[in-house]
Amino acid sequence: MQFFWAFVVGGILAVLAQLIVDLTKLTSAHVMVLFVSSGAVLSGLGIYKYIVSLGGAGATVPLPGFGHALVEGIVKAIDKDGAVGILTGGLTATSLGITVAILMGYIIALLFNPKG
Amino acid sequence: MLKASKKEEKRFANMQEKRKPPVPLGSNLIRAFITGGLICVVGQAIMEILKMLGIPPDGAAGPTAAILIVISALLTGFGVYDDIGRFGGMGAALPITGFANAIVSPAMEFKREGFVLGLGARMFTVAGPVLVYGLVTSTVVGFFYYLLKG
Amino acid sequence: MGVYREGKYTLKFTNLPVLAGTYTVAGPIEGQGPLGRYFDLVYEDSLLGENTWEKAEVRMLHEAVDGVLKGRNLRASDIDYLIGGDLLNQITASSFAARDLDIPFLGLYSACATFSEALIVSAMMVASGASNRVVAGVSSHHDTAERQFRFPTEFANQRPMTATWTVTGSGACLIEKEEEANKNLPRLSSATLGRVVDAGIKDAYDMGSAMAPAAADTIKRHLEDTRQVPEAYDLIITGDLSRVGKPLVEDLLSQEGIEVMRVLNDCGIIIYDPKQDVHAGGSGAACSALVTGGYLYKELLNGNWNRILLVATGALLSPTTIQQGESIPGIAHAIAIER
Repeated sequence: MQFFWAFVVGGILAVLAQLIVDLTKLTSAHVMVLFVSSGAVLSGLGIYKYIVSLGGAGATVPLPGFGHALVEGIVKAIDKDGAVGILTGGLTATSLGITVAILMGYIIALLFNPKG
Repeated sequence: MLKASKKEEKRFANMQEKRKPPVPLGSNLIRAFITGGLICVVGQAIMEILKMLGIPPDGAAGPTAAILIVISALLTGFGVYDDIGRFGGMGAALPITGFANAIVSPAMEFKREGFVLGLGARMFTVAGPVLVYGLVTSTVVGFFYYLLKG
Repeated sequence: MGVYREGKYTLKFTNLPVLAGTYTVAGPIEGQGPLGRYFDLVYEDSLLGENTWEKAEVRMLHEAVDGVLKGRNLRASDIDYLIGGDLLNQITASSFAARDLDIPFLGLYSACATFSEALIVSAMMVASGASNRVVAGVSSHHDTAERQFRFPTEFANQRPMTATWTVTGSGACLIEKEEEANKNLPRLSSATLGRVVDAGIKDAYDMGSAMAPAAADTIKRHLEDTRQVPEAYDLIITGDLSRVGKPLVEDLLSQEGIEVMRVLNDCGIIIYDPKQDVHAGGSGAACSALVTGGYLYKELLNGNWNRILLVATGALLSPTTIQQGESIPGIAHAIAIER
């Protein structure tokens, strides 16, 4: 059942993004930025955690989930360390993904050439 | 008309609207739904396996994202992920795998302009803005959380 | 005295410059297209064994020039001037090709209209008596254009239906003074230089719409200046308006009381099969060069056509102007080829 909801929630988020790309002048890069920020705002409003509990990976894997992870990390750090957590929590919580992405970017670029 | 006036621009835009090939919205949305959904199902499967391996449920999202990033980076290297993107549109771009593709594809592409100013600098042409706006927004949200928490 | 003005914008050539030979080098997708058999050399991969696509583009242009010389048993020293351009920053594909060719080089840029611009300048050089033999050559390459103007080639981006596919290839033409030996070959008879026209289109994925007003303007002025009806030509062929821009030209000219539907076609439409995943059609400086040098020239030689008006079209944008939100000016230069 969790797989079904992951599919549906992940699919719906993609459909929303596709609608924006197809019906407005925004490019996919703009929409990626928009969705990360929206995820952070929805997380701050306390809404995104319900989407996560319904969709599981369907909510955490798309980019709004990245915004959500940033805010969750900040909230956790504020609760633990106070004001400095505003500035430390986000990257602490997402450091695994960002570091892996940059490392993979480097390694793949060393090993492969673009096919065109 | 050389540089068209606002009125001429509008008249041409109307003419153009009539001749524009229609956006295949229905099929675009279906393909985005399937692609985005399937990538998340793969993510869910990775998450379930991680949980079985004893990783606590609320700590599984990060490692899941990392594994998806590795898979997407490899698919980009083998020249497959751009085809997935051509098929799935935002269904391929929106998941974290799309973020990884946005890092790996310029890194690979601009290696030919050097390892520092090519690969190193251009890696963030699309991923950079995502990080910038993600951090700015979440910091603002965190600031309000701190204020309201009092 | 060789060249004179007719009407306001049109150049007429007397002792007509002869289009004495062409040579076309095409990339894999162009080779698989419906005109593939008309191209002189087709590569199976777009890198040509080089380590960058930019080098591959330079080599295509070099080989096109070599090919057109070999076809007429000429050497570089027989050519007075090499005239051409491409789409790379600072037209480096052409100047790098010229670096190895040892012919005085005149670099031009009108985006994808560079091909007809080069033919016009060459025709003026020859018709004026300033030179006996000139080579006009242009190139474009899908991957060099993508990485310069849009996204990395492996970026997972979905192109909209109005997008065109930059043609990978190069075409070179030999333009000669009329002699006994070449007097039955196709000739360049007149040319109309285009104005820069901007209809306010800002979408870099819809260059057909951005260039259509310029094409319509140039076609109208050419017909007015030379006092001809569209049917005076067997074919009026635009450069790379694609399936989006061509009907717009018909609409724009129809408003002016000029019906071109029966004779109008577009290089960007005929170079690919609709089944090839290229969306609205082909574009790039090599689009009109491959179609003209490969297909049209051979059909002129065969006698299937007698008079053609080539109207290559260019979108005068840069990545900077697009990011700054400027609209896209278009240009179109027309040249008449007849036998």
